[in-house]
Amino acid sequence: MRLMKLLPALVGAAFLATAAHAEDKGLDNHVKLDPYYNGLKGKKVVFVPLAMGFDLTEGWAAIMKKQAADLGYSFEIRDPNWSTDAGTRAITAIIAEKPDLAIIHNPDLQSYARLEQRMVQAGIKVLQVNLETTNPTDYYVGADWVKVGLIEADALVKKCGTGSGTSGKVAILEGQPTAASNLYELYAYYKIFGADPAIKIVADQAATYDPAKARAITETVLQQHPDLCGIVGNWDNQDVGAGAAVQAAGKSDQVYIVTSGGGSKTGCDNIEKGLLDLIVSYDVPLQGDSLNQAIVQLLLSPAKAGEIQSTYFTPLTLQTKETISSRNCWTLDQLK
Amino acid sequence: MTSREGGAEAPGRRAGRPGWKLTQEGVVFALAVVLFALFALTLDKFLTAGNLVALVRSVAILGILGLGMGLVVIGRGIDLAMVATMVVSVSWILALSDTGMPLGTALLIGFAFAVAVGFASGILIAYATIPAIFTTLAMGLIVYGSGRAWLFQVDVQNTPANSEFFNFLAQATVLGIPMMIVAFAVLAVIVWALLKWTRFGRFVYATGDNPSAARVAGIPTRYLMVAQYVITAIIAYLAGLIMAAANSGMSTRVYNSTMIYDVLLVVVLGGIGLSGGRGGVRNVLVGTLLVGVLLNGMTIFDIPYTQQNLIKSVILLIAIVIDSIVNPRDEQTAQQEQGDI
Repeated sequence: MRLMKLLPALVGAAFLATAAHAEDKGLDNHVKLDPYYNGLKGKKVVFVPLAMGFDLTEGWAAIMKKQAADLGYSFEIRDPNWSTDAGTRAITAIIAEKPDLAIIHNPDLQSYARLEQRMVQAGIKVLQVNLETTNPTDYYVGADWVKVGLIEADALVKKCGTGSGTSGKVAILEGQPTAASNLYELYAYYKIFGADPAIKIVADQAATYDPAKARAITETVLQQHPDLCGIVGNWDNQDVGAGAAVQAAGKSDQVYIVTSGGGSKTGCDNIEKGLLDLIVSYDVPLQGDSLNQAIVQLLLSPAKAGEIQSTYFTPLTLQTKETISSRNCWTLDQLK
Repeated sequence: MTSREGGAEAPGRRAGRPGWKLTQEGVVFALAVVLFALFALTLDKFLTAGNLVALVRSVAILGILGLGMGLVVIGRGIDLAMVATMVVSVSWILALSDTGMPLGTALLIGFAFAVAVGFASGILIAYATIPAIFTTLAMGLIVYGSGRAWLFQVDVQNTPANSEFFNFLAQATVLGIPMMIVAFAVLAVIVWALLKWTRFGRFVYATGDNPSAARVAGIPTRYLMVAQYVITAIIAYLAGLIMAAANSGMSTRVYNSTMIYDVLLVVVLGGIGLSGGRGGVRNVLVGTLLVGVLLNGMTIFDIPYTQQNLIKSVILLIAIVIDSIVNPRDEQTAQQEQGDI
């Protein structure tokens, strides 16, 4: 009788014992997990883009936000909406706030350079994204703009250079004249174009990221040089205006348009429509992942702000009518 | 160049040189002609039909917006929300049609939005008597902000692929002249007729010249003000449609550019005084022409961006300096404190 009473208890105890034993199986890896998760929890990260609302910054932010929520550090966006002045104010406020990490998207090579040094002096680590200043900080993640320029110029030389049987006339559409992307690309263009005697640069104008301006410039250039062979531009969202002018002139087959961009669906659509021929893509989803990796590394590293300076140039892919597919053209919904 | 000017004319000024007077419009026109001749002589292909079409086309949007701005400025107002209205109403249309809405419906919604914006500005200015410059400055921010927050996600919207409507606007021509310029011309004629031949136009001049006197005389100045801002908003909406067609898309970043000041510049440069009551469509056309000739010539010369800005500013300054030498500020212009600006 006593045994009968004991039996359920014994069975229960046996279950508990095996259950407890099951918990003991495997390893919890606390050696790595604890410093990783505890080290990230409660940290504060602030992002100052050029502006929100366009493919690049929306893409990066979506990816960075996701990881921040997952790992429990805060992620805030201070949107200066294309105003360097508002951006300067935002950064000044950040210096007083002392977050652990500031991610800065620079409108040009100079404007934020000193403020970034001040951030570093205040102990805030600074990660520059895709557009850098002349002063290196803790990390740069983004395109190697000289390389982007070299690839663009090479592609155009293939279409318009010696032996192509064309006029060899090319036009350059700059973006914001003082931006990193613009100056580094310009160096590459002139270097490559200068090496081929058949190439003639007939125009070099700034469209300041504005498709309407790109269109007006291209229209005028086409009037002066109806035999124009190619256009190399700074950004797909801008150069779509050049494409529209070329298309309106009925010269889509004659004028080859090379540009660079984040590889979004909008860019692919513009290739599909025949407005652009080649986009050197710096692949925003991939840049987002690299940013996330750099954020974790900077937040966990015991190094002081400014002590170690690293760079990661994100890989580039080429988008043409032949290579675009739903796989390499991203939409924002996919990233969110 | 001629003595015709809408609305009030300082009687004392005309007495000295009857029938002929060098106005700011004349100065600017002369400058445009000089530049035009200079470019025509020094630049190979400047005087080709193709280049002239490109020249006008590059400033057509500016000109269309200038027509709307000219109208409110004559009525002693100002509309700094024009670019925002243009950008947001059209971006919304493109975003809506991107979600599968028929373009016709989207166009109607965009139109209603533009009218609502103009109406709201007009009501605030006419009935709440808030100065136009502040009302429309704030309205621009509200329109742009709510657009970015609720109406569309990304700041560049592409026109729908293979849309007959936008293709027509972008590619159709009348006697070899592209639709964009035709639209500019048609709108210019409409605004000109409105100002010149209708009672509405006369009332606008009267109100702009002296609002109190106009009201005492029985002109419904408040209705008139609201109507002006609605018309301006509609013009901005039309300019946006043409711009979107021409560029295969609409970039809301235009709002952050200096475009609204360029529009104002075209208006003021052409000789429409900010104190209201004077000028007409011809002034807008002359102002637009000067800016167009300058931009086109400098692009052909391949002058770098920063130097272009410098040259543009210097020429504009010269135009204003010549004007103030030829037409010194007198009693009439000194009365500006009456106005809102």
